[in-house]
Amino acid sequence: MEQPVKKGLDLNRRPMPKQAVEVRRRNFEEVALGYDSRLAMEEAARCIQCKKPGCVERCPVEVDIPAFIQAIAEGEFERGVRILKSKNSLPSVCGRVCPQEEQCEGGCALLKKAAQIAIGRLERFLGDWEAAQPDLMMPEIAPPTGKRVAVIGGGPAGLTVAGDLVKLGHQVTIFEALHKMGGVLVYGIPEFRLPKRIVEREVEYLRRLGVKMVVDYVVGKTRTVDSLLEEYDAVFVGSGAGLPWFSEMPGNNLNGVYSANEYLTRFNLMRGYSFPLVPTPVKEHVRVAVIGGGNVAMDCARTALRMGAETTVLYRRSREEMPARLEEIENAEEEGVIFRYLTLPTRCVGDERGWVKGLECIRMELGEPDASGRRSPVPLPGSEFFLPFDAVIHAIGNSPNPLIPQTTPGIEVGRKGNIIADPQTGKTTKPRVWAGGDVVTGAATVILAMGAARRAARSIHEYLTNPSEW
Amino acid sequence: MFTIFENRMIVPNVYQMTVHAPDVAQSALPGQFVIFRPEEDGERIPLTLADWDVQAGTVSVVYLNVGRSTAKLASSKAGQTLPTVVGPLGNAMEIDRYGAVLCVGGCYGIGSIYPIARALKAAGNTVVCVLEARSSFLLYWQEKLRAVSDQIVCLTRDGTSGKRGHIGSLAEIIRTLPMRIDRVILNGCNYLMMRGSQETLPLKIKTIVTLNTLMIDGTGMCGVCRVSVNSETKFACVHGPHFDGHQVDWAEVTQRRKAYLQEEVIPLRTTQPL
Ligand SMILES: Cc1cc2nc3c(=O)[nH]c(=O)nc-3n(C[C@H](O)[C@H](O)[C@H](O)COP(=O)(O)OP(=O)(O)OC[C@H]3O[C@@H](n4cnc5c(N)ncnc54)[C@H](O)[C@@H]3O)c2cc1C
Ligand code: SF4
Repeated sequence: MEQPVKKGLDLNRRPMPKQAVEVRRRNFEEVALGYDSRLAMEEAARCIQCKKPGCVERCPVEVDIPAFIQAIAEGEFERGVRILKSKNSLPSVCGRVCPQEEQCEGGCALLKKAAQIAIGRLERFLGDWEAAQPDLMMPEIAPPTGKRVAVIGGGPAGLTVAGDLVKLGHQVTIFEALHKMGGVLVYGIPEFRLPKRIVEREVEYLRRLGVKMVVDYVVGKTRTVDSLLEEYDAVFVGSGAGLPWFSEMPGNNLNGVYSANEYLTRFNLMRGYSFPLVPTPVKEHVRVAVIGGGNVAMDCARTALRMGAETTVLYRRSREEMPARLEEIENAEEEGVIFRYLTLPTRCVGDERGWVKGLECIRMELGEPDASGRRSPVPLPGSEFFLPFDAVIHAIGNSPNPLIPQTTPGIEVGRKGNIIADPQTGKTTKPRVWAGGDVVTGAATVILAMGAARRAARSIHEYLTNPSEW
Repeated sequence: MFTIFENRMIVPNVYQMTVHAPDVAQSALPGQFVIFRPEEDGERIPLTLADWDVQAGTVSVVYLNVGRSTAKLASSKAGQTLPTVVGPLGNAMEIDRYGAVLCVGGCYGIGSIYPIARALKAAGNTVVCVLEARSSFLLYWQEKLRAVSDQIVCLTRDGTSGKRGHIGSLAEIIRTLPMRIDRVILNGCNYLMMRGSQETLPLKIKTIVTLNTLMIDGTGMCGVCRVSVNSETKFACVHGPHFDGHQVDWAEVTQRRKAYLQEEVIPLRTTQPL
């Protein structure tokens, strides 16, 4: 392949090809189409290969970013995949959902010139390139150790632990409560942002590596952790943060008021966008409010929009403070989602049949920065107003499900119900039990869950190979 | 995949299904439920466990054929498989030695009260079962229930079996029983549980209902099963499904149950085979 020639600094960040706004607003197919190899090589060639790369410093799993970018620039995609996958086993996923502007791209030397390398897009390119190859690159698998590990939860944390441990020769079984593997990647994040076939492909890959997967199995109910410990040498808990919060206001139990989890699950896991072809019903709403400003809120808003509703995001701070990925905020804006900043809903108002008909809100003003460093919003007295909606979706956060801590004596939890685990090793307060991902951190990100899982896998492996030293 | 051992209509439109799910059977407790998915891409529907057999590794449910998903269940045959049978979910019914307990079942609830009556009896209670139906031909499992209770009272609207009356006659039935009732357990449609709770309120008898709200995951993730109990929001799947019938906001429960009524009938307006 011809190598693009580097002449001086190329500040032209290659744009991501996308479905046209008018088309994508009405379908559930993926918005971003991905770089082709020409675009990827051009973008990669812009990297100046820093001696002390800021990107790597800010990557939670320390991918050797300049090295894989160099490989792309040289057209050596297979080498690029190998470099990338030695640190990140789910590049097609992370390339699509990581908050790159806060991580790698936020540390890029070219950021000053507003020309940071599109690292996420390049990562996605390699992941997708590999998947398109006729032969899957299979890693080496160590000889069987005879040790057995039970993994609870089939989200990014569980999948990562399973992948790492199976390669080391251990027998791994994942127990997943839902009927599909993938965690938030299948029930939460919509098709138009992360096509489900990509998650299925990663799951299939693990299955080929020998990971056993049991779906429809709720640990704590179908079987307890203690009972698993009788059969398995170690247990990893990666059960996520699936318990939805509702903002405290009257009227939340009216019909037409949803948790983001319910709303997204109906559409993603249960494929409600095909109703009535599939049996799980979804409502047709005319005017939808989404409360919150994170990725979850963007996903709800863009789903509602695609179902034909006029959709408004209500966020109590301003655009700058919104925690969602920048790219998704921009996509939502382009698609026509309405944003009302500095707005706090205070009451869901219902009609005589028990359906929501709107929200009472109050205007906010930004005050002093709070503990998280974000400026905290304060209500402006006398600024109350009413907005009509026939559906309201709460997307203000989730905490860990208490099911496992409640049924597992010896596991300590923190104030918010998160399992306490050593950040370096993932060890919990219960012997032979490790934990990682959202169940430990509270709702966070895919890459942080993967990073924690990697460290836990290392610690579990140490234990399994040398249990007497523990 | 879970193999169906038996599926048959026991009275008009009410079915009994037994499936192979050994891990669920192993952990099952009275009053818990399971979630079935009748087909790939199918809806997740919660059903109360009506019986289980640890040795055989099976669980049984009794269900009413009311909509697309239960119609699909009803049409499946022994030997076929269900893609999802997950559980046992929810809390078990609190079982203690209360004295005399009245278990009231209507419709599929006649099946649901069976394991509860059995456990209450085993715990040393006097158990009286009231089976409510429109007519005698809708009653089932009398023999099974007789084996785990001290007395059975049938209550039919047309008087073709037992007493003539309906759930609104509950207070009167309680008054005519030879023993004092210390606790009432109600299981069936919303109306039965609501009306029954109204009957026991003036009698000041602790009354437990088993709510049958809408659910998706059944583990506390979606929150569609929200109910107000004593003015506090609870998730029926993880905090329940058993609640004090005198504290449940029945108007809200009834409204929320109807949320998808319209959508539920759309797929039934078709001549396509299921
Ligand atoms: C709508 C939405 C959008 C998001 N967007 C982004 C994004 O763009 N970028 C990003 O980085 N992050 C995003 N996140 C956050 C990210 O998805 C999570 O941080 C990540 O999935 C956590 O991984 P996990 O493996 O810890 O948990 P999860 O993905 O939650 O997986 C946990 C799994 O465990 C299962 N489980 C729970 N309890 C049990 C039990 N008792 N027995 C068996 N199984 C059980 C659950 O069913 C689930 O499948 C988003 C989250 C949501 C909800
Ligand atoms: S910081 Fe930017 S320019 Fe420097 S190596 Fe990383 S991606 Fe390349």
